[in-house]
Amino acid sequence: MAKLTIDKNLNTDNTPSTDNTPTTDNTHRRRQASQSSRRLGPLARSLQAATLALAGAALSTQALAEHDVKLGLMLPYSGTYAALGESITNGLKLAIEQEGGSLGGHGVEYVTLDSEANPSKAPQNMSRLVKGDGVDVVIGPVHSGVAMGMLRVAKQTGAITIIPNAGLEAATNQLCMPNVFRTSFSMWQNSYPMGQVAYDQGHRKIVTITWDYAGGKEDLAGFEQAFTDAGGEIVEQILVPFPSTEFQTYLAQIASIAPDAVYTFFAGGGGVGFVRDYAAAGLNDSIPLYGSGFLTDGNLGALGEAANGVQTTMHYAETLDTPQNQAFVSAYQEAYGEAPDTYAVQGYDAGKLLAQAYASIDGEPDREALIAALEAVELDSPRGPVSFSASHHPIQNVYLREVRDGEHHVTSIASEQLEVPDSACPMKS
Amino acid sequence: MLHRYPKRVTVLLLAGLALLIAYPAWGPAVFGESSAFFMEKLTLMLIFALFAVSLDLLVGILGLVSLGHALFFGLGAYTLAMASPDFSAASLWWMLPLVMLVSGLVAAIVGLLVLRTKGIFFIMTTLAFGQMLFYTVSTSSMTGGTDGVFIMFRPSLAMGETPLIDLDNPLTFFYFCLALLVAVYLILRALTRSHFGQVLDGIHDNEHRMQALGYATTGYKLIAFVVSAMIAGVAGMLAAMQYGFANPAQLGWHHSGEVLMMVILGGMGTIFGPILGAFAYELLLYFYEHLTNHWPILMGLTIIVAVLVLPKGIAGLLLDPPGRQASLLGRLGGGKDNLAKGRQTSASDSDGKSVGKSAGEVSS
Amino acid sequence: MDLAFFGVQLLNGFQYGLLLFLIASGLTLIFGIMGIINLAHGAMYMIGAYLAFDLTQRLGNFWLAILIAVPIAVLLGLVIERLFLDTLYKRDHLYQVLLTFGLILVLNEAQRIIWGGDVHSVALPEPFTGAIALTDNLQYPVYRLFVAAVCLVLAGAIYWIIRHTRLGIVIRAGAVNREMVEGLGINIRTLFTLIFSVGVALAAFAGMMAAPLSSITPGMGDSILITCFVVVVIGGIGSIKGAFFGALLIGMAETFGPVLIPSLASMLIYLIMALVLLIKPRGLFA
Repeated sequence: MAKLTIDKNLNTDNTPSTDNTPTTDNTHRRRQASQSSRRLGPLARSLQAATLALAGAALSTQALAEHDVKLGLMLPYSGTYAALGESITNGLKLAIEQEGGSLGGHGVEYVTLDSEANPSKAPQNMSRLVKGDGVDVVIGPVHSGVAMGMLRVAKQTGAITIIPNAGLEAATNQLCMPNVFRTSFSMWQNSYPMGQVAYDQGHRKIVTITWDYAGGKEDLAGFEQAFTDAGGEIVEQILVPFPSTEFQTYLAQIASIAPDAVYTFFAGGGGVGFVRDYAAAGLNDSIPLYGSGFLTDGNLGALGEAANGVQTTMHYAETLDTPQNQAFVSAYQEAYGEAPDTYAVQGYDAGKLLAQAYASIDGEPDREALIAALEAVELDSPRGPVSFSASHHPIQNVYLREVRDGEHHVTSIASEQLEVPDSACPMKS
Repeated sequence: MLHRYPKRVTVLLLAGLALLIAYPAWGPAVFGESSAFFMEKLTLMLIFALFAVSLDLLVGILGLVSLGHALFFGLGAYTLAMASPDFSAASLWWMLPLVMLVSGLVAAIVGLLVLRTKGIFFIMTTLAFGQMLFYTVSTSSMTGGTDGVFIMFRPSLAMGETPLIDLDNPLTFFYFCLALLVAVYLILRALTRSHFGQVLDGIHDNEHRMQALGYATTGYKLIAFVVSAMIAGVAGMLAAMQYGFANPAQLGWHHSGEVLMMVILGGMGTIFGPILGAFAYELLLYFYEHLTNHWPILMGLTIIVAVLVLPKGIAGLLLDPPGRQASLLGRLGGGKDNLAKGRQTSASDSDGKSVGKSAGEVSS
Repeated sequence: MDLAFFGVQLLNGFQYGLLLFLIASGLTLIFGIMGIINLAHGAMYMIGAYLAFDLTQRLGNFWLAILIAVPIAVLLGLVIERLFLDTLYKRDHLYQVLLTFGLILVLNEAQRIIWGGDVHSVALPEPFTGAIALTDNLQYPVYRLFVAAVCLVLAGAIYWIIRHTRLGIVIRAGAVNREMVEGLGINIRTLFTLIFSVGVALAAFAGMMAAPLSSITPGMGDSILITCFVVVVIGGIGSIKGAFFGALLIGMAETFGPVLIPSLASMLIYLIMALVLLIKPRGLFA
């Protein structure tokens, strides 16, 4: 089992992704393909002319590509989130490398664009990839605010978009669209299972704390829903001004309330700061700390002993003891000389998703066919089996992990093949 | 500003305008398939140019350096987002005045407070107010918080039931933004050459003297502040219209810093300079981003070099080419003459009290 | 709010305020004496934290790391001052704002190239690894008390130097009238270089002291910068005493604000700043 002390930082609002390992066979089930054809935009230009002569030939083997597939990567490569962008890119490229560097026999061309994690630039950046560079598929972003800007353009242009991280709920609910898929998670999906776990472990009164921003509040909402449904009570919800990492005043507040436990969402530097301060204040002796996986993911090295005993839920753990995950971890380690993190898995699954979809298309991989193929993909991912809901969100396992001696130990599957609420998604019939 | 620009500047501006107007004729030939994208990019530059021009009224003409001007840009964007109906297009006849009203009103209130301060204190108070709105929008669920908010339908421009122009058409929208920029430019140029402009100019040079001459300088400054904010609000509204998206990042102080850079790069106090600055800044950024993932270093160095060797910006080069001594326009753009006035100093005495000339007066 | 809780929060506010003072003091010195607005001050705070992390890892000793990191920070300040600021003294604040804005971009990206984007931490150094019990379930790390003490000592030292030493007289004189100081045969350029280097090193030193307290992340200086500007402006720009009390005020506001009026927590300090400037447009101690 690879032990990971990954030092990837994630700042505020990103979270890990899902990834799927490649399935090499063709047993994809076709699901609701017709739904996706509702909104056909004028995309897919470069694929149109492709492979007429070869139509009918088996693409999954070694069909000659007349047309490369252009993948537009809109991820942060500068600034605070750059490490995440790099992990996702590494994972994605590894997946496609493993497929012989091609997607269903088509060569692959990458166009990378630094999203700067800047939401106000997101629409123009997305527009540049789609209209300026003419990419076939956009992969991005990390940041939920950027995702909103991208989705706006994805809606206007119909560009096929795969979100390898951003966890905003709306992307696969209110704002879902046929051309947008997600290989990561939603804030809700990671935190909801913890509500029942905390209740089952005997806690009845809990304080929740996060940053006062959209991602944190969505995460807390998932936990609070499950915990109160089970019969527990949220005695206080604390919202810390974003991106402050000065937690002393809140720790004193928690101590004076003295709840049964604390549930938190912080990520990156905030996660490290909070967990360390929590331990330094001695609170972990009397009040157990629960959190979303981002609290400790990529932070174990910086956290040291302070993280011992912290329990989190997450759709992946680098220590997952499955052959798929072990194969992935060692392949990644070999390719990049470092252990993969959750983001790498999310990128990897985005690559496998594309590979399987392209490989399954008989005939011309136009936009419609590609969407149908993407919907039908089932991934045998390092994180476990992954399929996609009607709103194109991953249906996946969420694991309960406990930090012991600088490692995530997977205690149990907190929720098996969990589907997220998507009743506001028009694609859900 | 009372100065007439040399003919070469006028020619250059008109040539630039003609080039933009004729984009449909040459764009596709030059950019091929990407031509539609570059037109979008140009539209965005026009919007930023409008934003930069509005700031020039404060920074260049009045000598008040604001580090919170994005407040009004974002206010315009969010006013549109909040006032737009969910399932149909709003009317621009309503939206444009509404945005101007809201920006103007907020500017009047903020202006009354911040205009009491000068120099660095003005920089800091404008920053503070910008951050206040930034946090209000970032934490409110009504505005979508940090994720931002969609505007599903672009406002339409119709006479009764008959659409006048189709703003959904990118080319039409491009021309619409261009027309607005030209109109605002002409208005501001007329304004700065009017008596009102002379008074602003006088305040820039020496506010006490203007007060001694009997001018209610605060009133003049407030009007300029409000006008500037209204234009910035319209720019923000256009930006939100272009992609149908508003986000708190549009309000942040980094955005204020960027637009300030556009003003300086172009040449402040000239009105036309910041337009060139907006184009230059965006083009540089586009170029650097293509060059390397570490583009912030290049951008940072460019800013530093521009400040050190090109304090009057591109406009300074045009108005006063190297080798030609034109002192007439020396004070435009805070060039050396202006700067030589310099700060007098502010100081700490032993127990830390500020003594001497206050820093606040330094930059006025 | 019971008394114990109030007492704990008072301690928190005091300690945080003192740390803010340490960062803000350099900012206000540089402005007060040299008339330079240094937006890159927060970036220096970040670099201080990364230096502490990097050198502690290499040397295995936090105190040794600081001993080496401080001269590095001074040197960096010296280079920046000589390279970029020389021409800026006589210019409008606008240019200082922009140049140092450019410096932020450069320093932040340089950080990423040198140290990468990962989150790091520094272990609490000996002999301050312990904690004292405040209430039955809450402890307070001794290191935080140590940092508070260091900040207090430095505040006293800066005050004393400016008030009671020959150097202080020169600094004060230089701030008021440069020509006079030059007439006395003192090189004002050297003086300015010294002040800038020390001011910048104070920010970096604050970053080093804060390193074991929290997490070390890219961009950590950006948010602290704005807070420090608020401190300096409230206190009165250029005033050490103002920075001290401004920092304590903001420290208390950020500690008690979230408990008493959570809905305003994120903008409270800006509201305070606006209020102060409304009443005293040049800050409390100007």
